[in-house]
Amino acid sequence: MEKEGIPGPKKALLLLGCPEVPVQMGIALYLCHRLRKDGWDVTVAGNPSVLHLIRVSDPARHYVDRITGLDRCMEKLIEGNAKPDLCLVFAHNDAGLSYAATVGSVTPSRVVAIIFGRNAEELAKTIEFPCETIVEKAVHNPLALRQKIDKVFGWAASKS
Amino acid sequence: MGCIEELKYEVLLSRATFKECREYIKDHYREQYTVKPGYKIFDSYIIGVPPILIGVDNSHVVFPYTKPCHGTFLLRIEGPEEIARLRAGKK
Repeated sequence: MEKEGIPGPKKALLLLGCPEVPVQMGIALYLCHRLRKDGWDVTVAGNPSVLHLIRVSDPARHYVDRITGLDRCMEKLIEGNAKPDLCLVFAHNDAGLSYAATVGSVTPSRVVAIIFGRNAEELAKTIEFPCETIVEKAVHNPLALRQKIDKVFGWAASKS
Repeated sequence: MGCIEELKYEVLLSRATFKECREYIKDHYREQYTVKPGYKIFDSYIIGVPPILIGVDNSHVVFPYTKPCHGTFLLRIEGPEEIARLRAGKK
């Protein structure tokens, strides 16, 4: 609960796509860890499979503060009932980009599209809307993508 | 949020890109409307890349519908009330 006049922690939203590409879940948990360490309040949104993966991977909620269904999350963003400061949208297909475009259009938040998967570079080239991107052709191995994320968020020098 | 999948729909394009859906509407329907991402239709919000086009085909609306695991589908659904709302320019 926020005290009157004292702003609470900044809110970050991770919007995950279909969990068919292995790096997504590892990178998502890593981002949760780093953001929480930096004082962010982190919510992860996804389809039912994503939410089950999180429940199984992080049963004691060491990494993820809260989870929410993708439809419910979009509804809250569109209706202005959720106002995260930072939205990280995972995209490995055209549908993921559609979500990034929509989030960018309905919120004033900083939106970063994390584009990954076999066709990451080709997919990134199709973006026709203003959007900050982190692009890496990562499928199974998350290290190169993590490096790029670390650079963008200023975590590159840290060893944790 | 409503569920479009419970309505009677026709799939015109399957697992298409958003651009393909936009081009299809441009090429096939004279009556078109541009809406913003998050436009509500059949009690669901359109998730998509602007400009989002919605076509009108007699008493049916033609619009893109995105599912995270399956991509974007171009659907055709009867909806005189939705057409009236589009014509009136309401959000």
